[in-house]
Amino acid sequence: MIINSRFFNRSELMGFIALAAVLFVILPLTLDVFRLNLVAKYLTYAFVALGLVLCWGYGGILSLGQGVFFGLGGYCMAMFLKLEASSVENTKIQSTPGIPDFMDWNQITSLPLFWQPFHSLTFTILAIILVPGLFALIIGTAMFKRRVGGTYFAIITQAVAAILTILIVGQQGYTGGINGMTDLRTLKGWDIRPDHAKIILYFVEVVLLFACIGIAQFIRLTKLGRILVAMREQEDRVRFSGYSVANFKIFAFCMAAVFAAIGGAMFALNVGFMSPSFVGIVPSIEMVIYTAVGGRMSIFGAIWGAILVNFAKTSLSESFPQLWLFGLGALFIAVVLAFPNGLSGLWADYVQPRIDRLFASRKAKPGWNDNSVADGAPAE
Amino acid sequence: MFGDYSLGDLGSIFVMQGFAGLILFSVYVLMALGLAIIFGQMGVINMAHGEFMILGAYVTWMTSNLFQAYLPGLFAGYFFLAMILAFVASGALGMLVEWALIRHLYKRPLDTLLATWGLSLMLQQAYRSVFGAREVGVELPQWMLGSLRVTDSIEVPINGVFVMCLTVLITIAVAYVLYMSRWGRQVRAVVQNRIMAGAVGINTEKVDRYTFGLGCGIAGVAGSAFTMIGSTGPTSGQLYIVDTFLVVVFGGAASLLGTIASAFSISQTQSTLEFFMSGSMAKVLTLLAVVGILMLRPQGLFALKVRK
Repeated sequence: MIINSRFFNRSELMGFIALAAVLFVILPLTLDVFRLNLVAKYLTYAFVALGLVLCWGYGGILSLGQGVFFGLGGYCMAMFLKLEASSVENTKIQSTPGIPDFMDWNQITSLPLFWQPFHSLTFTILAIILVPGLFALIIGTAMFKRRVGGTYFAIITQAVAAILTILIVGQQGYTGGINGMTDLRTLKGWDIRPDHAKIILYFVEVVLLFACIGIAQFIRLTKLGRILVAMREQEDRVRFSGYSVANFKIFAFCMAAVFAAIGGAMFALNVGFMSPSFVGIVPSIEMVIYTAVGGRMSIFGAIWGAILVNFAKTSLSESFPQLWLFGLGALFIAVVLAFPNGLSGLWADYVQPRIDRLFASRKAKPGWNDNSVADGAPAE
Repeated sequence: MFGDYSLGDLGSIFVMQGFAGLILFSVYVLMALGLAIIFGQMGVINMAHGEFMILGAYVTWMTSNLFQAYLPGLFAGYFFLAMILAFVASGALGMLVEWALIRHLYKRPLDTLLATWGLSLMLQQAYRSVFGAREVGVELPQWMLGSLRVTDSIEVPINGVFVMCLTVLITIAVAYVLYMSRWGRQVRAVVQNRIMAGAVGINTEKVDRYTFGLGCGIAGVAGSAFTMIGSTGPTSGQLYIVDTFLVVVFGGAASLLGTIASAFSISQTQSTLEFFMSGSMAKVLTLLAVVGILMLRPQGLFALKVRK
């Protein structure tokens, strides 16, 4: 039930084309494999940011625990890859061959039961979607059915992130502990480490990202998206109109969790390891930062936010490690105080009108677009 | 898990672990008191609260160094001056932050969370640049070292007893200020109905600023007390912030009594469990229990009945 007759309006179409051109053509042609792999790492956060646009920007639910879902997805993928890397031939020097090395170091002599199904790739792919989805469903149901929201929800998701990190670090024998799962080698016999594999994985990731953008845009345009916005603005009025507010919130939260999990799985594939440092409170809040900087209301803005903030992080922390935290903190305060709609808000306020005028002078009558907040890519 | 211990041993274990828990309880209460004022009364989520605490800890550390260098004769009493300085420093920084940042965001509580997180990152980096990345420890005066022997198998450290006494005193002082004094009445009036409070002549902006300053100042005192039981590093505050928020939420945000009760139950559970399993599992179980209870009872242990 799409309300707008067109899937993308003109400015969104331009944002779409710009993003596709940059990710599919410009970056692969201009960057070497190492840098392209870094971009692939940044894009894994773009999945999370996309989820946060739906959940936080549209639904008004701030989750400070997206790292949990990113981590769950990543760990599911990493468990499969780790099992494949720990075949009996590869691990014959261990006292128990055929189990991951960190289990052997921790005197575990047989593969734990919950690891068994991760021998199957089909199961793993299902688990990447379902485990975080179900987890979000449980948290969401428990919270939203009791009308816990806003700040309380944020604090509780943060506590969940803390719990999962402590659990992963503490249970070294089952999870790899603080080092995480390293030395991931092959996917169904296909080596994921050489350069050509990195390039293929990058394109797989970009295609997946565009699929997720499509889903998010579809949700945004249907009546469901309208209800999410209405709920954010006037929750009680939506409730009195007969909608079950809790179910819509649960849906948005689960969608965000699934997007984050896909990002996490791609992270394990592209970067080649997974560790608890991507699960806890600090990475979870950083993921919110990407979304806030890019623009919490804009699908394309959030993706640009994830790419640009990470790019700034890499280049600044390479050259001025001291300044990075100052810069990040100041950026965050500035975004909250001065530009609540982030980069996409700036774009919509300053750049878009000029482009519109340009079009208006060429064509006699430009089509009126009804979006108050235009989505668009920030200037490059 | 109890099988290997005799009944007498178990009793001693519970007392000793209980006492270790009481020290944790003191730190939680001191942290949570400030947060309960800021979050419970004003509705502001201050993610930089841990950094205000660490500021107090660094002030204490500097005071102790100064006393050691210039006034070694008075070293035994440096702590009392340090505490006051810590309160003033953190409180002043808090009022500055309220003026520069928080007052623009009262209508957007989720955004205060993000902005104060940014603030906490900047403060952490500032501490790292000024004091170095290594953790620093305060040298305790002679009279605080050693422990009291209660029975053959039970010993309690003196600095722990001191921190606990301090906590009790500060809690009483805060309760007095909030519930008995004229200023406390103004604070509660502003919280209940900002517009009406303004209409009867309360300067709500001033009350907001001093309330935030008081909460941060108490955090500074908490940091001061914290130096007696642990060392201080730039990121020490972040370790406690989630726990403290859980303490406040679990207790019921607007209730001082609830905050104390929840700090007590959380710290006792954690330290008792710690003896029987690894520290990380004890923490996981405690936090899980708290989150579980909050899912069943979202308003916390002691909730004020308010109409929404």
